[in-house]
Amino acid sequence: MASAASGEDLSIVRPDSDFFGAVEAKSGEPVSACYQCRKCTNGCPLAFAMDVMPNQVMRMIQLGLREEVLQSHTIWICASCQTCTTRCPNDIDIAHVMDTLRQLSMELGVEVAEPNVVKFHKAFLDSLRRHGRVFELGMVGRYKLATMDLFSDAALAWEMLKRGKLKFLPAGIQGKREVRAMFDRS
Amino acid sequence: MEVSYYPGCSLHGMAAEYDQSIRAVCQSLRIRLEELDDWNCCGASSAHFMDDQLAIRLSARNLAIADRRGRDLLVPCAACFQRLKHADKELKHDAARWDAEGYQGRMAIYHVNDFFERPEVMDLVRKNVRRPLTGLAGVPYYGCLSQRPPKVTDAPHPEWPTAMDELMETIGVEVRRWSYKTDCCGASLTLTRPGLVRKLSGDLFEAAAEAGAECLVTDCPLCQSNLDAQQASIEAERGVQFGMPVFYITELMALALGCDHPDRWWRKHFVDPRPLLESKGLL
Repeated sequence: MASAASGEDLSIVRPDSDFFGAVEAKSGEPVSACYQCRKCTNGCPLAFAMDVMPNQVMRMIQLGLREEVLQSHTIWICASCQTCTTRCPNDIDIAHVMDTLRQLSMELGVEVAEPNVVKFHKAFLDSLRRHGRVFELGMVGRYKLATMDLFSDAALAWEMLKRGKLKFLPAGIQGKREVRAMFDRS
Repeated sequence: MEVSYYPGCSLHGMAAEYDQSIRAVCQSLRIRLEELDDWNCCGASSAHFMDDQLAIRLSARNLAIADRRGRDLLVPCAACFQRLKHADKELKHDAARWDAEGYQGRMAIYHVNDFFERPEVMDLVRKNVRRPLTGLAGVPYYGCLSQRPPKVTDAPHPEWPTAMDELMETIGVEVRRWSYKTDCCGASLTLTRPGLVRKLSGDLFEAAAEAGAECLVTDCPLCQSNLDAQQASIEAERGVQFGMPVFYITELMALALGCDHPDRWWRKHFVDPRPLLESKGLL
């Protein structure tokens, strides 16, 4: 343990007193109600792969540890299975708080711990914006280009094509413009 | 009976056999499905990951189309179902914010299991079973989004759903008990963190095998395509053979109801279900 007296580096925690309020306001979720029962973490199927446990995320928000939360892998590894939300005794939609944290990390330009997850969702939404529906083959291709990992799932994609599970051409909708307008408003 | 139908993107692509088997089952039960005109993608997980408002607007357009029709709405994809239910509640709660003042939302929104499980429909299924799937042992796998969170899905028993168990029993499938009905398979991380998905999905196969199941039965296209397509790499990683087909509940219903040409669906599976069905005298 470092100590100031010995002249070594002292880890300094700099809480952001606005962060807690910002998360509650943006999410509309009562994060302040969390009393650390840990049901969220106990039921989380991906806790084994997380660097910060879901109950710790709630506590860190309360404490204003903005960087620690927004730079965590946890907020991107969360698969949105909604188990935590279902079981929270204080009715905090924890999975929705995770959505809010992902959005904040992008808005604030924080370095994202799992960049591929962002690239995937961007590829998905890009396909949706273009066609009004998701064109699976095009979406996966776009994601593969974005990650420069062109071949890891190529065999699987070929097997899907053979089985007629991927279409070669996108099926656009007439309401494409309406859909694009929704993106422009956001 | 007539019902509006929102297939969603998966059922027009990866999960075509789910779409086709739903249509076959409904035809044989004389339920008329009317696909929503010019529906758009609901945004699935990606929209709410990135932008809450976009997620609601995308679903709101589909709900407005369904609302004009006025019929109940069947949404077979668990992710679409959850997004549409979520938006339905938002529009009713704050119509002005979403420019949805005209939205009535009187239609019920059903997922596949709760649609077929209703007593009058279950009766129809029971009366029309031509070939019970006797001898086939399976576990019901509901996954996440048709159930959770219950304040959105209105699922009566989100931790221990039984609708698909009952459907399976009605068509003669032997339902094996297991504790993983609603555990996440990780499908949303398939492309981004495949190692984590193999862990979650592999644990499901091991538990299903331990329960004495010969197949998994699901009503989520994301779960089905994930579990089916990843099974070989999970087997290679763990050094075990599961050889466990992953069926859509509607494929098995179609088989039991004697619908035409279920073989066109079996060819789409990664784990070929034909040897299992043949061994039970069901092909």
